[in-house]
Amino acid sequence: MSRGAISARAPSLRRVVALTRKETWQILRDPSAIAVGVILPLLMLILFGYGLSFDIQRLPVALVVEHSSAETSGAVSALRLSRYFTVHPASTMAEAERLMARHQVSAILRFPPSFARDVARGDATLLVAVNATDANSARIASAYVKGAINTWQDREAKDARSAPEMPNIAVENRTWFNDANQSQWFLVPGVIVLVMTLIGALLTSLVIAREWERGTFEALFATPVRSGEILLSKILPYFVMGMLGLALSVIGSRALFGVPLRGSLWLLVAVSSLYLLVALGIGLVISSLTRSQFLANQITFVVTFLPATLLSGFIFDIRSMPIGAQAVTLVFPARYFVSALQTLFLAGDVWVVVLRDAAVLAVMAAILMGIAVKSTRKRIG
Amino acid sequence: MRFPTAAAPVEIRRVHKTFRRPSGETVKALAEISFEAQRHELTALVGPDGGGKTTLLRMIAGLVAPDAGAVSVLGIDACADPQSVQERIGYMPQRFGLYEDLTVQENLDLYADLHGVGRQARTDIYPRLLRMTALGPFTRRLAGALSGGMKQKLGLACTLVRAPELLLLDEPTVGVDPLSRKELWEIVRSLVRESALTVIVSTSYLDEAEFCDHTVALHLGEVLAQGAPQEIAARASGRVFMASATDGTPARSLQARLFRHPQVVDALPEAGRVRIVTRDAAPPSDDADGFSATFESTAARFEDGFMLLFRARAGEVRSTAIRLERALAGEAGEVAVEVRELLRTFGDFVAVDRVSFEVRRGEIYGLLGPNGAGKSTTFRMLCGLIPASGGQLRVAGADLRRARAEARAKLGYVAQKFSLYGDLSVDENLDFFASAYGLRGEKKRSRIGWAKAQFDLAAMASLPSAQLPGGYKQRLAMAAALLHEPEILFLDEATSGADPLARREFWSRIGALSQQGVTVIVTTHFMEEAEYCDRILIMDAGRALAEGAPQAIRARAPRREGREPTMEDAFIAVVEASRGRAQEAVQ
Amino acid sequence: MRGSAHRVLALVRKELLAILKDTRSRITVFVTPILQCLIFGYAASYDLDRVPYVLLDLDHSGASRALVAAIDSTGTFERVATLRNASEIAAPIGEKRAALALVIERDFERELTAARTAKLQVIADGRNTNTAGTAQGYIGEIAADFVRKWRSENAHAAPPGVRVITRAWYNPNLETRWNMIPSLIGTITMMMTMLLTAMSVAREREAGTFEQLLVTPYRPYEIMVGKALPSMLVGLAQATSILLVAQLWFRIPFAGSYFMLYLGLIEFLAASVGIGLFISSISKNMQQAMIGSVIVLMPFMLMSGLTTPIMTMPEGLQHLTLLNPLRYAISMTRQIYLEGAGLGQLLPEMLGLLVIAAITLPIAAWMFRHRLV
Repeated sequence: MSRGAISARAPSLRRVVALTRKETWQILRDPSAIAVGVILPLLMLILFGYGLSFDIQRLPVALVVEHSSAETSGAVSALRLSRYFTVHPASTMAEAERLMARHQVSAILRFPPSFARDVARGDATLLVAVNATDANSARIASAYVKGAINTWQDREAKDARSAPEMPNIAVENRTWFNDANQSQWFLVPGVIVLVMTLIGALLTSLVIAREWERGTFEALFATPVRSGEILLSKILPYFVMGMLGLALSVIGSRALFGVPLRGSLWLLVAVSSLYLLVALGIGLVISSLTRSQFLANQITFVVTFLPATLLSGFIFDIRSMPIGAQAVTLVFPARYFVSALQTLFLAGDVWVVVLRDAAVLAVMAAILMGIAVKSTRKRIG
Repeated sequence: MRFPTAAAPVEIRRVHKTFRRPSGETVKALAEISFEAQRHELTALVGPDGGGKTTLLRMIAGLVAPDAGAVSVLGIDACADPQSVQERIGYMPQRFGLYEDLTVQENLDLYADLHGVGRQARTDIYPRLLRMTALGPFTRRLAGALSGGMKQKLGLACTLVRAPELLLLDEPTVGVDPLSRKELWEIVRSLVRESALTVIVSTSYLDEAEFCDHTVALHLGEVLAQGAPQEIAARASGRVFMASATDGTPARSLQARLFRHPQVVDALPEAGRVRIVTRDAAPPSDDADGFSATFESTAARFEDGFMLLFRARAGEVRSTAIRLERALAGEAGEVAVEVRELLRTFGDFVAVDRVSFEVRRGEIYGLLGPNGAGKSTTFRMLCGLIPASGGQLRVAGADLRRARAEARAKLGYVAQKFSLYGDLSVDENLDFFASAYGLRGEKKRSRIGWAKAQFDLAAMASLPSAQLPGGYKQRLAMAAALLHEPEILFLDEATSGADPLARREFWSRIGALSQQGVTVIVTTHFMEEAEYCDRILIMDAGRALAEGAPQAIRARAPRREGREPTMEDAFIAVVEASRGRAQEAVQ
Repeated sequence: MRGSAHRVLALVRKELLAILKDTRSRITVFVTPILQCLIFGYAASYDLDRVPYVLLDLDHSGASRALVAAIDSTGTFERVATLRNASEIAAPIGEKRAALALVIERDFERELTAARTAKLQVIADGRNTNTAGTAQGYIGEIAADFVRKWRSENAHAAPPGVRVITRAWYNPNLETRWNMIPSLIGTITMMMTMLLTAMSVAREREAGTFEQLLVTPYRPYEIMVGKALPSMLVGLAQATSILLVAQLWFRIPFAGSYFMLYLGLIEFLAASVGIGLFISSISKNMQQAMIGSVIVLMPFMLMSGLTTPIMTMPEGLQHLTLLNPLRYAISMTRQIYLEGAGLGQLLPEMLGLLVIAAITLPIAAWMFRHRLV
């Protein structure tokens, strides 16, 4: 073989540039791709920032006071004053239960007829019933009610006793990395994960299948182009899009919610790049194995979207999951990215965490890219 | 494996290839194929669909590996080192995958970059390619907005951005009008002549084989014969006659009768007469039907020789006397389709410019025109798929855009691009369309059985339709459109890509249908097929240029070299005259 | 009429074939919902379990040990390390080895014995504010119980004690799983059916088969029904399989009527298929259909009450959720499944879904023919 032929074997920058330009045109010509790059991050920032919250306010509570007394009115006014509750008085338990069954209240607080007497005796019982069709809201609701009662009680106790001394424990709660306990601060990494997943995996899951379906690969394959060059050209533009999504999310989260970036920016970019490569790898592998846009889309959605939402640890803490479920999360790259993001944004450059997560992502990216290259051979049929 | 470098650019030695269908059965695609393509020659792979032409070309391009045998391309073993082959060849697949969301220029640039064509070389080659393909005015148009033939030309231009050492063209002229076809072949031949290119082209247009130096006739994965086209033609010498009816029988009817005659191998209408190839070196004797015709011996062409070879192998011709199972209501002279001042614009662009015509019941009406003339747009308006911008149209007494759904049950439609469900099998497609047209029970079963027998689809019944060879797809589309015995049949380039035999069968079916009262409106690129029509309308640039019976249209062309003008001559004369007038008007 | 039903049936069969012919597609459609239900059933929980914490006991007293024992005995917290000084806290929290650090200050016991206020510091990893808050609240409760016991044991006159007994209706053990899995019925089926339908028309447009369909006698509404029914059937099959997993595997008792559940599901699927078809009918190609449905699905899922309660959202957003079929579906399945709700109670949800379906489906049918190419 001549030397000219050998040099022609080397990957060609010009071919990669040409293919990348082609891919970029295709993205830019379809407004929907832009929508994913720009509208989606903004939409999610707003939804996560303003929409998702675990803080209940104005919880509708039915109050059943069967025998009014100084004690009950004290407790009732404690509840009424709290911004957490909207009080619906009910005269009987039956009426309150009806209210709850009709979802007009989420909790019932019942003061028994003997409440004043029991309090005096030091052995009173209050009944709180919560609608637990949503266990989480129910738990929050019951905790709020209990808290309100405790506060009232402590105040009563203090007022009643002349001597202030009484053994007590002051629990000083400190929330590191997020002193104001803002849920937006920990939800923002979730926005980035979802944006990157959607841009990386879902968009690219269509691109190779599309070329098979539209028959554009045959002519392409018969040119000097390498399959690696084809893959590279599919990765580059979507990589840039993903990074733009990242930039938009970071800037938006800071501007809208003041989410700090305590770690270094370059590390954030590096870890995000790794995750983006993994996501791209997933999309490309599924796309080239199925060769059908329809199927690729279904599969990609199943393996990326819900896991990135529910198994990544950004809504549900992985440490609270059963061991089996924890083991399953190990397979999904989103978990490592969320962990690294939460650390980089709120805690700073904690090398142990970030490096471990980055290493796993790097290995995943390498494996997926390997499979993608293997499965995109220049053969028909 | 080593090949001597001085050998032919392409050497195929005893190649075998079988494919496994998803159902598990294996299909033989190529068996014991051997041939050589010589340097600076034009080699044609000729044959009906399913013959293995595409598989062979893909193999040469290094895209498919043979099961056994050797493929040497430019001295390289294509099985072991496809990449090196791909560095040096140009390949235009049958369905050239243009990026439809890229412009003409962007598509060209992409392939120029992929082939490493430098800036200097581009300024040289682009004008030539654009002139050659007449795409110059459209460089900024999206490829998806081009007509079928223009896409094909752009595909060729993309393949030719670099002068390769070997050029592979898979059915490059499918769906291309005669004007463009002529131009395409001019391009290819000048490349062979001037750039000393080696070209292998596959085609099912037998007349195109005449332009080649060497032909390989393929059928069912085997080589029927190979040699210079003259050698193939010579096999039929003395057996080719031109038949003229003496009793005023239309050429179409005479052709239909002769085609069924036991002594006749092939019959084609040509310039008002019928060209036949006979089994023996004598004109056919009268059969029971009785026809009065005179026969005049004529020189054999490649097509005649090929049909002789082909029929010897393929055996008896299938009965194509299609019979409808119900009589159609209505008078013979009744107007079935009426178009008045039909107008369609896309923005500033006038796709159909105030076209008027009428089609009567039982007529075969042909719409002819170069790519982009507005034929498909007219069709889509007639079928109610897009609204007209102006004018009136009535199909079976109704405007399908507004009519009740039942009105659509009266028509059958075969789109230009295969548009049945690719992932469903032949059976499943037929079953669905039968039900879609309201057939059920015994009636449905019998119609599906009829369709499969008529179109020879039984062997492929369980194959996903996307995997059918091109011509079979066309047959399936026709079969699906005929299941409900429509009164009016719209065929948009229904025969493009079909092999010669399939085309002959197709027209004999159309003829039979029209005799039974079915109205057929057809667009076609094959000018000889216009001879099958009762009347034709020639369109160009959205306007109607000429309408009339084929002989009347033919009469518009001057006699040349002492022979009757063919429909192709007439077509080119009409279109060029109109374009000339348009030019003058501009100046 | 019969002809019409027959045609629709043919389309339904064709669609089902297109979905179910391919083995990979069958697996995606039928196996993954079950897997998802299993995995998310276990994983998606706010219930704290074995929260790793580190202890810094600066008091080393009987009282501090008793408090730690009380915490450890709940099973909710798991001590992963015992530290010696405050500088050691940063590493385990930062590196995520622990979610909490418990600091019992010096003189903890002495303060208690002297009837003064002893100090306990709870440091939580705020990278997950939800876990942090819940865990801190829980520790606070344990500490409160502990101090109450201390008072009575150490002969400090008990203050007027009020015991609060919580009774959780419909979900006595307050398990997230009980509401999560019924919610997954709607979530998973919506995801799959909406994508399925959104792709179905777009796929036909891309392949050119839609025009072939439009020249047959199909009326737009027949195509609409023929496209909607298969997706709904697939959705119902998926819902059934999730329902089976909920009852046979997770053993969550079903309190309601199956008739109501399926009635609600059919309405819900009609609404989400309607949205899918609408997206499909305005999309030029499959990419647009996919992106369109994702952009719609995302807010639908987040604003549905699946992960966070609707009542915690700002009021404006709460009104917007009225457009979200998943919101109705989740509220409906929870009520039917856990509360055994009847038609009277479910009227708002049923009406909401009906309105969504009644608007999106006809628009989609109209768009089939009138979309400008």
